[in-house]
Amino acid sequence: MTPAHAPAPGAVHVRARGWGWRHAGRRAFAARRLDLDIQAGERVLLLGASGAGKSTVLHGLAGVLGSSDEGEQEGELLLDDAAPAAARGRAGLVLQDPETQVVLARVGDEVAFAAENLAVPRDEIWQRVGRALDDVGLDLPLDHPTTALSGGQKQRLALAAVLAMEPGLLLLDEPTANLDPDGVLEVRDAVVRVLERTGATLVVVEHRVAVWADVVDRVIVLDAGGGVLADGAPAAVLGQERTRERLAAAGVWVPGWQPPVGGPLPGTGGEVLLSSRDLTVARTKRGPAAVEGLEIEVRAAEALSITGPNGAGKSTAALTLGGLLRPRSGRLDASEALAGTAGADPFRWRSSQLVQRIGTVFQEPEHQFLTATVTEELEFGPRRVGGGYDPRRTADIAERLRLTHLLEANPFTLSGGEKRRLSVATMLATAPRILILDEPTFGQDAGTWAELVTLLRELIHDGVAVLSVTHDTEYIAELGGATLRIADGAGRLVAQ
Amino acid sequence: MSNDYLTPVLTGKTLVRANPVSKLFAAVAITLALLVSIDWVSAAVVLTCELALMPMLGISVRGLARRIWPLLVAAVIGAYGTALLAEKTGGVLLDVGPFLFTEGSVTAGIAVGLRALALALPGIFILLTTDPTDLADALAQKLHLPHRFVLGGLASLRLAGLLVEQWETLGLARHARGIGSDSSIVARTRNLLGQSFGLIVQAIRRATRLATAMEARGFGGGTRTWARESTYARLDAVVAVVGLLIAAGAMTAAVLAGTWNFILS
Repeated sequence: MTPAHAPAPGAVHVRARGWGWRHAGRRAFAARRLDLDIQAGERVLLLGASGAGKSTVLHGLAGVLGSSDEGEQEGELLLDDAAPAAARGRAGLVLQDPETQVVLARVGDEVAFAAENLAVPRDEIWQRVGRALDDVGLDLPLDHPTTALSGGQKQRLALAAVLAMEPGLLLLDEPTANLDPDGVLEVRDAVVRVLERTGATLVVVEHRVAVWADVVDRVIVLDAGGGVLADGAPAAVLGQERTRERLAAAGVWVPGWQPPVGGPLPGTGGEVLLSSRDLTVARTKRGPAAVEGLEIEVRAAEALSITGPNGAGKSTAALTLGGLLRPRSGRLDASEALAGTAGADPFRWRSSQLVQRIGTVFQEPEHQFLTATVTEELEFGPRRVGGGYDPRRTADIAERLRLTHLLEANPFTLSGGEKRRLSVATMLATAPRILILDEPTFGQDAGTWAELVTLLRELIHDGVAVLSVTHDTEYIAELGGATLRIADGAGRLVAQ
Repeated sequence: MSNDYLTPVLTGKTLVRANPVSKLFAAVAITLALLVSIDWVSAAVVLTCELALMPMLGISVRGLARRIWPLLVAAVIGAYGTALLAEKTGGVLLDVGPFLFTEGSVTAGIAVGLRALALALPGIFILLTTDPTDLADALAQKLHLPHRFVLGGLASLRLAGLLVEQWETLGLARHARGIGSDSSIVARTRNLLGQSFGLIVQAIRRATRLATAMEARGFGGGTRTWARESTYARLDAVVAVVGLLIAAGAMTAAVLAGTWNFILS
């Protein structure tokens, strides 16, 4: 295949011959029997089901899988004619989470870091820093603190930081999975601009295909069983009915297709469970207020979705509504229907009272795992509430969330989708009337997404109020109900 | 947030511009002077000089007190404990039941309290006036410490700052699961242990991811250049000399006052 763009002199050619990698301590290979040639300057979108080894391939190309202590390699993987680990600086990798890849405190230093590691002379480093920041469109002073950036800016910074190596191969591992819609386009456009200038080879992994389908020359689909399932121009691969079906079945977000969801269509809401008047929320006691003047009504059997850009204070609002943070000012009242014998202020409820009324599912499921097995995890809440728990209810929830075959497993060893299901299940175990979810669909494949939406629709039908912090428009549409948009420190009801 | 107390003030005051190595040198000189003699005169001289240098920090006495109050409390407790337990020499100042304070024991107590403060302040001064990145640059370029060690330390310092935030998030996440303030002491202790373990797990995962990101940017190779040059200026000579003068002055004053109390004698 010939690339549609003129390859730059430094662009990298990738060759895999029967390549595979097995992480130490795992029985199965994460990726196997991979035979590939990616021409210098080609732009490739790498797809596959969860667990098909996409990230492993990217990490292998970046040369960060580690030594033979950390796993076993078979076959051959080459950048031009060198093993990736020996080709330091030829490949630049950007990871999914904008928060976990910032190394230094200042923007300029962060970009300079990689060039320093490659022993680039000082004068040239600062030229490269300026050029890289230009390329990604980050017009910030060099001493700007890296903590004071939005998610999209952080990802563009990560991109600039690898560009300072002048890599011939750009590797992006779900670079937009954690971003709001504006951030997604910001990062995508920055990548396109960078490729136009550098002509580097691109390999990008992303669940949401539509973002990249127009940018790439070629789509490669990895088979979960090893090897390649489909390979060709985007229109050819994504246009073939058979491939589309297989991709959809594997949980890939194929453009122009949405996974079918079940469950009854949500109707109109019932009684008010929780209401706020002129509520101001803040993350810390003395820190700045996140959102002011919130007027919210949470109704039984209705969804309420909170949207808005990254960092607008959506999560802080949700934590406050969930009785976990003290309101800075204004009122937050639980109705009698929700509070029962407890008082009207959710923040003053004891933990055991809280879990019977409001369940909050955090963005990171692992933050909420407390025990060593799935069964104990499910029984934990009901036992805390006391008064004898019903083992049938636990079994019922496990059944409903397809966790029955995992009851003896350690929660931390589950897959991403399973962890998400378990974190929802643990909250449902104490039958709260309000369920709060923070970015429940971030980085989820289409299968897990459809499963979650179906479950939430059923819950709404059963009378639960589902409050979500999200910018997933399809999710909001499927759940119906009200939408609150938070931006610039204030909230506005945009749809009912 | 509470971890703000550890971040540099960096208002462009004199001491901020000095190279971290010269600041370290001055601090080490002063510390050594305080360590070789246990007496109140040398400690008082050092402490006076330190407080006189406050304007170079660009921080008010109140601002400093707000950041170091736990140290003040510790110094007072240390002084009190020493005064209570030290050898009872000299005239009796207070004698109520088991509480016996004499001139000798109170002097010893004051010496311990002053020394604790005088010892702690140089470190605090460095912390408040030094950007961690500049410190890393100086340690690697001027003292030629291995760059993997220095940059690893710098990266972990950033992660340590995030621990407070992660701890709070974990606390909220666990409260939402039903673990909270309404339990017995035993349950609370177990919860604290559980939350600590959770924090460790999260910290390790985060550190692993960061290590991957660093490795993917070519970190860990043999040679490396530095984008920022760590330099010495005339100010650094001044800082070093002032440090030496304070140390020498304190020892001289103690010897002249007759309170010199060499630690090995």
